Amino acid sequence: MSCQKAQELIHGYLDGELDLARSVEVEQHMHECEICARAYRSQTTLRSSLKNDSLYYAAPDKLKKRVQASLRKEAKSGMLPQGLGWRWLTVGASLAFMLLIGVVVWRLVPTSIGPSGDELLAQEIVSNHVRSLQLENHRIDVISEDPHTVKPWFDGKVDFAPPVKDFDNQGFHLYGGRLEYLKNRPVATLIYQRRLHYINLFIWPAEQAGSRGEVTLQRQGYNLIHWTSSGMNYWAISDLNSVELQEFARLVQEGQ
Amino acid sequence: MQQQNKLATFEEAVLPHLDAAYNLARWLTRNDTDAEDVVQEAFLRAFKFFSGFHGEDGRSWLLSIVRNTSYTWMQRNRSPELSVPVDDELHEIESKDLNPEALLVQRADTLMVRQALEELPVEFREVLVLRELEEMSYREIASITDLPLGTVMSRLARGRKRLQLALTNHMHAEVLS
Repeated sequence: MSCQKAQELIHGYLDGELDLARSVEVEQHMHECEICARAYRSQTTLRSSLKNDSLYYAAPDKLKKRVQASLRKEAKSGMLPQGLGWRWLTVGASLAFMLLIGVVVWRLVPTSIGPSGDELLAQEIVSNHVRSLQLENHRIDVISEDPHTVKPWFDGKVDFAPPVKDFDNQGFHLYGGRLEYLKNRPVATLIYQRRLHYINLFIWPAEQAGSRGEVTLQRQGYNLIHWTSSGMNYWAISDLNSVELQEFARLVQEGQ
Repeated sequence: MQQQNKLATFEEAVLPHLDAAYNLARWLTRNDTDAEDVVQEAFLRAFKFFSGFHGEDGRSWLLSIVRNTSYTWMQRNRSPELSVPVDDELHEIESKDLNPEALLVQRADTLMVRQALEELPVEFREVLVLRELEEMSYREIASITDLPLGTVMSRLARGRKRLQLALTNHMHAEVLS
């Protein structure tokens, strides 16, 4: 063993991190080499100089209070965006239930007017959006601002290639993507960020070819826009104001 | 409700490591106020990403966040420390470090050690603080600093050599004065 190697290994030896064979080698070397033995003794002296409680910076008491206070604040504000709590979820659930009854009635009495398929889908999308904001793990499957990372991620997960574009220059920042199930089928979801607002953009192939113009909706305080173009359905939802969400929808349509 | 449960679990698992967090942040930023800000920010980040933590080792997990937050802070404040990357290719101890004159024969006093450790480049300082003050294993240090195990050992070796040199220089200067 060379002295250079030994002088590195004495640190692993000192820290009890060497395996037995290596430890024996180092010991043997120090037995034969006074220079390395002295270097080792010097390191043990250095270690004892460092074993000194007053070198350790314990957190000041006020810091603990400060950290706890900021965590409590964070926990409160993170409950749900815009103070949406469980009450709103139950409202959402009962709304969905009423709609379900509506559909049943509509099916039974073909002549009466009931909620359209779009209305049900809108509800599904609202719940999906809310859930994605609630659960941090659920919000995103692939985090990337690069369309060339996000787009291939969907390969093999959906049976179509969703168009993925970044509109960072226009203030809509691509945040990532995730896989969702809507209408019993896998749907590509892109997440964009505008200031502190998240936009979920759901994309899946349309059943019929052709295009359908933009439809804007408001549900539970969220703005929704959906349209069909180039054989794909698009649904965008956000707590962003409707003007900016329309701007976003236009960018997506132009970007295709 | 969900958030309140999360907060309670988080406080139980992570808050006990507040001292470790502050100690690391304080040694990295070398300033009380900055260390406090870094720790607060790190705890908020940790809370945000808590669902990604699966109860392995709260201290290492928190310290890696504290380290990242400290580095972000240093970058933001354009700390000159970050401009010189350490060359880990040179794992070998330089031959000038073998100089037998620079050997520590007596325990150095606290003030001197504190100053010498503070003056070390941050890459060496952090592994020494984690090893000597936090008494962490190479594996834990490697996971916090994102370095290979071998690099942890060579950085410790080089850091200790430098520290030793700084202390012996101090001591010689004291004898002469």
